Amino acid sequence: MKIEILGTGCAKCALLGKHADEAARSLGLDYELSYVKEIPDILARGVMSTPALVVDGVVKLQGHVPTSRNIEKLLLA
Amino acid sequence: MPEAINEMACCDGSQPVPREPGFWRRGGWLLLALPLWFVLYHFLEPFADWLAYTRLGLTPASRLGSAVAFFAYDAPKVVMLLALVVLGVTFVQTFISPDRTRDILAGRAGIWGNLLASVFGIFTPFCSCSAVPLFIGFVRVGVPLGVTFSFLVSAPMVNEVALFLLLGLFGWKIALIYAGTGLAVAFLSGWVIGKLRMERHLEDWVMQIDFKPSTIQEARKSFSDRLDLAVEGVRDIVGKVWPYLLAGIAVGAFIHGYAPEALMAHIMGKAAWWSVPLAVLIGVPLYSNAAGVIPIVQALLGKGAALGTVLAFMMAVTALSLPETIILRKVLKPRLIAVFITVVTVGILLVGYLFNAIM
Repeated sequence: MKIEILGTGCAKCALLGKHADEAARSLGLDYELSYVKEIPDILARGVMSTPALVVDGVVKLQGHVPTSRNIEKLLLA
Repeated sequence: MPEAINEMACCDGSQPVPREPGFWRRGGWLLLALPLWFVLYHFLEPFADWLAYTRLGLTPASRLGSAVAFFAYDAPKVVMLLALVVLGVTFVQTFISPDRTRDILAGRAGIWGNLLASVFGIFTPFCSCSAVPLFIGFVRVGVPLGVTFSFLVSAPMVNEVALFLLLGLFGWKIALIYAGTGLAVAFLSGWVIGKLRMERHLEDWVMQIDFKPSTIQEARKSFSDRLDLAVEGVRDIVGKVWPYLLAGIAVGAFIHGYAPEALMAHIMGKAAWWSVPLAVLIGVPLYSNAAGVIPIVQALLGKGAALGTVLAFMMAVTALSLPETIILRKVLKPRLIAVFITVVTVGILLVGYLFNAIM
């Protein structure tokens, strides 16, 4: 599973990355987490409000940071 | 979750909310917490007076005494108000998203578009660090440039949390003046920029870049989900804002206790014509959250500062900031940046002079 965290690098993006990492690890997923920080790359994924979470190319959420528990639900869906 | 759930169908609130079995467990605490909040809030002033005058033995007439009492009353009061306001505002904001606002504003030219954008700027939640992608997203789906600017000016200037804090601290008149004047400046700035037809002063990559908005497949939120988000919001915002608030309240307490009234009224009163531009000049380099400015505003007004001057100060602190201007430079050519700053500054000065003249 490919998890991408979109955001220009503010505190919220780092927090989303941390929560997503916790969520994926507690589900025991085989995943790869990366950060997308350049604005053109963010826009190319169809996202304009950050931080955003993209899983295997699908935008799962944008604009807020849920708890890792709630991210687990998004990863399973 | 169904495959083809789209945003409008998923969250426009037209479907009945299914009752979750978990509601009483997850949301029931509110029924206890809210009355407790009101009881505590009611006893804050007697408690602060007791602390400052009885426990610490200070006299109400002394400078230290009145500064301490101001701080001991204001600090818990503003923090409590902030928590309640953020809870309510974040809950409401779970119904609004930048994407939906963008789609509403797309293609709306003219006065109506500027007006709508200014109002949506108040309540649409977005992280200030996503201003640039947001700007491009708006412009690229066909939100007119001037309308986009109305949104961008209104969003930091009329802060939804500050609005309700003002309502709680000063009453509806001041809150209404704050929102009304902020909306007016946002509306006018965007309208002027739209009339000047400055589209060619966008950086070239803004229009060339690849952008196709994606439809988010987020699950429908239940009442409890929204409440969870609101509680997260309280933790997040109160956790981030409280140092600003305490600093603001400390400055406010100092002004309240020590600043000589005659001097303050002279510098910031309505008689001094230069007080409005001076307030803007002081306000621009200060970069603070709108909520942090409010305790200072409170103390300044108490010392006889004129309302227009104080409004101008507050608007300059929140709407014109150096970091934001630097970020916007990525998408705006220098001339558009200059027009943006000029138009907003003129708007703020107008508001300052207008209110000093009529109040």
